[in-house]
Amino acid sequence: MEQLIAKLKNEIIEVLNLTEMTPESIDENAPLFVEGLGLDSIDALELIVLLEKKYGLKLSTADEGKTVLKSVRSMAEFIRANNKG
Amino acid sequence: MDNRSIISSYCIIRNKQVNLNGSLFYSGHEEQPAGFFLELYKHCSMNYPKFHKMDTLCRLGFLASELMLSRKKLNERYRGEDIGLILYNAAASMESDKAHQKSISSRDSYFPSPSVFVYTLANIVIGEICIRNKFFGESTFFIEKKFNPSLIHQYVGDLMARDTVQCCLTGWLEMDGDHYDGVLYLIEKSTPDNHGIVIFEPEKLSQIYLQGT
Amino acid sequence: MPRVFITGIGIISAIGFDAGEVYQSLRNGRSGVGKLTLIDSVYQDEIPVAEIKANLQELMRIATPKINGYYTRNALLGLIAARQAVWQAALDRETLRDTALISGTTVGGMDRSEGFIKGYLAGTNKGMIRQVSGHDCGDSTEKIAENLGIKGYMATLNTACSSSANAIMMGARLIKQGKAKKAVAGGVDCLTRFTLNGFNSLMILDRAQCRPFDENRNGLNLGEGSAFVVLESEDDVVRTGKTPLAEVGGYGNACDAYHQTASSPEGHGAFLSMQKALDMAHLSPADISYINTHGTGTKNNDLSEGVAIERLYGNNVPPCSSTKSFTGHTLAAAGAIEAVISTLAIQNNCLFPNLNYSEQMHELTFVPIQKYRPEFPLTHVMSNSFGFGGNNSSLIFSRI
Repeated sequence: MEQLIAKLKNEIIEVLNLTEMTPESIDENAPLFVEGLGLDSIDALELIVLLEKKYGLKLSTADEGKTVLKSVRSMAEFIRANNKG
Repeated sequence: MDNRSIISSYCIIRNKQVNLNGSLFYSGHEEQPAGFFLELYKHCSMNYPKFHKMDTLCRLGFLASELMLSRKKLNERYRGEDIGLILYNAAASMESDKAHQKSISSRDSYFPSPSVFVYTLANIVIGEICIRNKFFGESTFFIEKKFNPSLIHQYVGDLMARDTVQCCLTGWLEMDGDHYDGVLYLIEKSTPDNHGIVIFEPEKLSQIYLQGT
Repeated sequence: MPRVFITGIGIISAIGFDAGEVYQSLRNGRSGVGKLTLIDSVYQDEIPVAEIKANLQELMRIATPKINGYYTRNALLGLIAARQAVWQAALDRETLRDTALISGTTVGGMDRSEGFIKGYLAGTNKGMIRQVSGHDCGDSTEKIAENLGIKGYMATLNTACSSSANAIMMGARLIKQGKAKKAVAGGVDCLTRFTLNGFNSLMILDRAQCRPFDENRNGLNLGEGSAFVVLESEDDVVRTGKTPLAEVGGYGNACDAYHQTASSPEGHGAFLSMQKALDMAHLSPADISYINTHGTGTKNNDLSEGVAIERLYGNNVPPCSSTKSFTGHTLAAAGAIEAVISTLAIQNNCLFPNLNYSEQMHELTFVPIQKYRPEFPLTHVMSNSFGFGGNNSSLIFSRI
């Protein structure tokens, strides 16, 4: 799980152009949206694309995204639960 | 036409150089536009993470406006809704258009990126500048074959003369392949306090545009 | 400064090939939203659109361009609509030489270019280079001008979904400033894989018919079309004895400055543009008889616009409807299409409904018009068009 989390952090930084951040500076338990990293709606959509492209997991609505994308950890758990990581 | 407006500041970004109000502000190394814009961003120690999400057209516009507006304190002198933004270019949002088109070209590898699509409109750069600076005034983006100082003077002059805006950012922001050409002007009303005045007229817009070409 | 009047309208959309057909569809509740048939897309069975049921050959037959050249779907749609407006305004060749043309578009010739790129990416010898010759946003504007003999000032705007509203604003300004005697102003956008995929990636497309201002709305339906209006000054109208269709009473544009593609929750930009239009027209909110809303049917727009409307109009929100429930969201063409629809409403003294509405939005106190209402006198109509990039425009059309 920790390996998956580390991998995810790197992928998130790349996909969201968080150029000024390092994986170490991302807290996997912190909220991704509103507080924490303060990502916006377009970032959420990009993470949905990431899940499909890299892990073959499809989220069909932005609402379903809200639970899965709560934090890096919840994303990793979702991937594991679907046997993809 | 309207001789009550002045060009109070300008910024030219082209050929790896930045000209700010007639002085060479920065001369860089990176050949590719994205590389040079990042180099400039870092050189100026700008702190705006959203910069990295922008496409190259928006980065060009953002950088030119940040440099042109530094120390101008517009928000202290004008209400947000009185500041307008009128921009022009020929290639519209070509770079993002190409990137988006590429991402949907193959049925086998079909992953359109929402953050790329968001930039497939020429006027998003206006949005980025307004979000950054809290400008709420009128804005428009024109597609023109080439830089046209008479058109700029006529349109912006009209907005200034009729007090639709009290101050206006305007200019040419072209981003096409490896070619970039950013020329932004700040137009304000002439007052007894303005010193070293450059009158807002087509000849002056042209003269400035041609500097270093 | 002279007053500006509309003396001709032209329109082609999923609900009609001219103003007459469009009016009949609106009063009979006939939406143009349905299955995508003319574009080969992975989303063909999934995403409803408001498509103009005519392929390129059919549009060529209707447009019958006089000038040889490579015509994109946009160029043909624009030519069809602009010519209708010019004919209705009875502008002859002599007059057109001095007439301005302002057009808004976002996709330009993308419908052809995206066909080219597939072949091109397969191998550099494939794909006909001709297909990209009409790609630039300015191409359709030029094709319209060449075919109609318009030789006055010409401009192409691209401010997303407010483009053609801004084109009308610009046309009116040119006349008020004495820079043009007359102006043909409007816009065009056709459906493309480019926009279908792009909007789909933003997850704002409804998989069913859109439901503007409904609590359970789920996104927009993309549409295509073109509309143009002929604008003339008061002097010219009086001199020629024409009966204008409506007056361009006021307009306003403001930036929302919140997000690249979402509107602020308090609808700040929308409030400002509506207020500016009222101020320019020297009207108060109570003077507006009907609002043709931007009303795309997305969660975000309808809330933002609804909140702004309530803030401006207080307890007296006039009848409102989104006709995008009929035409789909035609992007750059929306402003002009809705200007033509607003003019039809004024001409016929009627209120057009907001289709697919059933439940009031919890955050708002007003509900949209649910049924077509004839014999409803209209004096001033407000039309909103809000574009990505926070570009918000409001136009006011007034009965003569």
